Amino acid sequence: MEKTIYNAVCTICGCCCDDLEVKVGDGKIVEVKNACAISLSKFQNYNSEERIIKPMIKKNGEFKECSFKEAAEKASMILAEAEYPLIYGLSLTSTEAIGKAVELAEVLGGVIDNTTSVCHGPSLIGVHDIGVVTCTLGEIKNRADLIIYWASNPVFSHPRHLARYTIFSKGKFRKERKERKLIVVDVRKTATAKLADIFIQAIPNQDYELLSALRMAVKGEEIYLDEVAGVPVNKIEELADLMISCEFGVLFFGLGLTMSLGKSRNIDAALSLVRDLNEKTKFLIMPMRGHYNVTGANEVIAWQTGYPFAVDFSQGYPKYNPGETTTIELLTRGECDAALIIGSDPAAHFPVSAVKHLMKIPVITIDPHKNATTLISNVVIPTAITGIEVEGTVYRMDGVPLECKKLVEPPLGLKSDEEILTEILANVKKLKG
Amino acid sequence: MSEILIKNGFVFDPLNNINGEKIDIAVKDGKIVEKVSSKAKVIDASDMIVMPGGVDIHSHIAGSKVNAGRVLRPEDHVKDFEVKTKITRSGVGYSVPSTFTTGYRYAKMGYTTVFEPATPPLKTRHTHEELRDIPIIDKGCFPLLGNNWFIMEYLKEEKLEECAAYISWLLNAVKGYAIKIVNPGGTEAWGWGREIAYLDEEIPYFNVTPKEIVRWLCKINNILNLPHPIHVHTNNLGKPGNYVTTIETMDAVKDLSKDGEVSIHVTHVQFNGFAGTSWLNLASGASEIADYINKNTHVEIDVGQITFADTTTMTADGPFQYILYLLSREKWVNADVEAETGAGIVPFRYKKSNYVNAIQWGIGLELALLIKDPWKIHMTTDHPNGGPFTHYPKVIAWLMSGKAREKTINKINKNAKRRLDLPGIDREYTLYEIAIITRAATAKSLGLKNKGHLGVGADADIAIYDLNYKKLESSKDYKLIKKAFKRAAYTIKNGEIVAKNGEIVDSSKGKIYWVNSKVADDIQKAMLSNLKTKFEDYYTIKMENYVINESYLRNSCMLNVQSEV
Repeated sequence: MEKTIYNAVCTICGCCCDDLEVKVGDGKIVEVKNACAISLSKFQNYNSEERIIKPMIKKNGEFKECSFKEAAEKASMILAEAEYPLIYGLSLTSTEAIGKAVELAEVLGGVIDNTTSVCHGPSLIGVHDIGVVTCTLGEIKNRADLIIYWASNPVFSHPRHLARYTIFSKGKFRKERKERKLIVVDVRKTATAKLADIFIQAIPNQDYELLSALRMAVKGEEIYLDEVAGVPVNKIEELADLMISCEFGVLFFGLGLTMSLGKSRNIDAALSLVRDLNEKTKFLIMPMRGHYNVTGANEVIAWQTGYPFAVDFSQGYPKYNPGETTTIELLTRGECDAALIIGSDPAAHFPVSAVKHLMKIPVITIDPHKNATTLISNVVIPTAITGIEVEGTVYRMDGVPLECKKLVEPPLGLKSDEEILTEILANVKKLKG
Repeated sequence: MSEILIKNGFVFDPLNNINGEKIDIAVKDGKIVEKVSSKAKVIDASDMIVMPGGVDIHSHIAGSKVNAGRVLRPEDHVKDFEVKTKITRSGVGYSVPSTFTTGYRYAKMGYTTVFEPATPPLKTRHTHEELRDIPIIDKGCFPLLGNNWFIMEYLKEEKLEECAAYISWLLNAVKGYAIKIVNPGGTEAWGWGREIAYLDEEIPYFNVTPKEIVRWLCKINNILNLPHPIHVHTNNLGKPGNYVTTIETMDAVKDLSKDGEVSIHVTHVQFNGFAGTSWLNLASGASEIADYINKNTHVEIDVGQITFADTTTMTADGPFQYILYLLSREKWVNADVEAETGAGIVPFRYKKSNYVNAIQWGIGLELALLIKDPWKIHMTTDHPNGGPFTHYPKVIAWLMSGKAREKTINKINKNAKRRLDLPGIDREYTLYEIAIITRAATAKSLGLKNKGHLGVGADADIAIYDLNYKKLESSKDYKLIKKAFKRAAYTIKNGEIVAKNGEIVDSSKGKIYWVNSKVADDIQKAMLSNLKTKFEDYYTIKMENYVINESYLRNSCMLNVQSEV
């Protein structure tokens, strides 16, 4: 029997498009409408041969299949015995599961961190310093006449961002592409840059200088240089004039800004630029969050602990100090003695120094698919996929929460991240007394 | 469920006209009952006072802007944290406490019900996520409707019934409790970086005025028979001379009072009670506002008392928060929400030595002391705007003791001291009046019939404070008052002891209140058929995904309300 599920939420990127039409037949997804290429690939291939079906425990270097109960008990034992365990990942799961993970970290006296640590962590540190002038994406759809993508290439990373929210979207006050101007600032001519009215190519790692020069130009101060970051000063002044003279402008920024030289200082400069612009016109800024619920991870951890990521419970209360309590640093310093990884693949993406430590300590992975981290794990617990096989709440990049739908049954009764974490938590509470 | 007998306490239960009489209170199955069996646990409340659990009508405890406030201020948390215990979760506090800490701290003070007064409908799912994590207390939230595009368009087209049906649908959709209005039209204008200064000024592109919005929503509140009146944060908040706007706003709905009942709740009036024409000659407009309220029956207020704290201001009044940023040059968060509202956050330190802050402090207390009928007053600090809710004991002491006030008056800015009427006001609140402004009046205003009193059938939400009523000389004993209200001897929630001597002993989950408003099917159907297309034009999510199912609330408490259409 076939059925169509309308208005399903896509669990790929921070756009969280909520208009997918998913046709299900014979318990399988057979067609997905409105999806971008990345989304389509996930919905078509989620049940590929990379899927893990059975929980596994490594014995003498070999994985042995086991029951959920055994895997959860082994994982609980490893965590309960650890003095300073790390829980990491969480951007590809529901807020309900994230809440459980926070409680687990608290009970264990360990650290909870999410992938923000290695993506928009500097953006949040920038917010601690400066604040942020922002809005929901619909404000941009309805009002924006100037859109800037800085060090971000949404045509590849967030394919429907331009159509749903920015230059190609149809809003109450801006109906057509010609009513909006698109500016792209990047180190190379990206696919997004090719669509821009103005493309500004900057020298890599000089964003701070360029943003600072723009701040000066916006304030009407003279820049005694010919060029900054490879951009002629007259071009910078023109850009400042465009920003001041727009009616409603927005600056989206990506990892090219957060992870290049300067990190949170780049973000300070961008946040300050936008804040200053509000003395002249209406201007807003938004980080291009990558994973579909990385924003949600920050939200849950913040409302439960006060801090958005990298929270250390070793003293019995939430402590936060990025650089000290962030995952890469903890691993590189060799401080954690066990790790629970949920929906992430640090072994494939972290620096060698961090991965080396990860290989020395017991690792538990909760993930639907095989990856580099599952290979180095001691316990692997497969799960049902949020937004496909189980429901759950996720936060779009602008903080709009959405409830994902369950589209099909998970194979062989796989459990959700939330259910697995609930079971581990109960076990750990018993073991810890 | 357990049985409890509270013996020998001096009971303050204004809704049942009980003023300090020694009455035993019996509790069974979460309710107040006539009597209990001999198996009941006995609490000896000799030399103590017994009140209904506190009901806070306006405190920003949950949702997107509160969480943005938490993220903005790690420095707020470092100095004030709570360690995990066997019963409680850990957390951080001071001006923007984390969710668990919020529930515990309210319960420790004898509060059992708190309403979040500003939730952007589009992000109310977030508000509910936080509310369900806040332990112990009962909760609810007010959706922000004063800058909603659909409502302004219905108003322009004079489609009253259709608009009422829309609001009924919206309250159901997001599981909200009351109509909240913040800076009507002004937050929409801020979407373009503009402001609205007058009640009769037209809002850009929508061609309606703030006064029309307030009247329109008041009419709809009447039509829908909602349990709480419109909850209004007026235009021009935080601006010198704004007491005029406040009185104009109150007066705008005078004729809409049904049978002399309250037609408007004006919130945190301290922030709207400024006389003078600039920051240099700022003065208190409290006497003018109090005079208006004393002469009229259709209006009530909450105070928004400032408490001289390092706090985090947050409102849906985006343009006001921008002005505050310009004044303070502090960190600033702005968060506009499509087709609905906005928000702003700025850290702020109220100083006794600062002229403006000292005047603000005086305005709050003057309002509370000059308005004769305490049923028209609700005690709030507009947490965290005037100060954290944990400062309520301090406010109670100021209200009950001229000496406590005098002690602070002697420390405030001398020019402010000269300009305030406060030093000449002798009135001191009684415990009975404190019970009114912190539980009885708030519960009544919220239309929570089982809350705010200790009559048979009421929810067994009870606070017992270690304060010897017979020996109490409130003017002199203000330190004892502060101490007692800071740490309730017992807090009973839903018939169970949850806090004892200011420590949490049981961390259960409270209920979430929302109104299930019903309008005639044909009106609802006609409204929905038009809404869908427009919804997709204005929003970036599908209408279906806007709706929050009741199961999402986990501990839902639905209040059925039948409308007149």
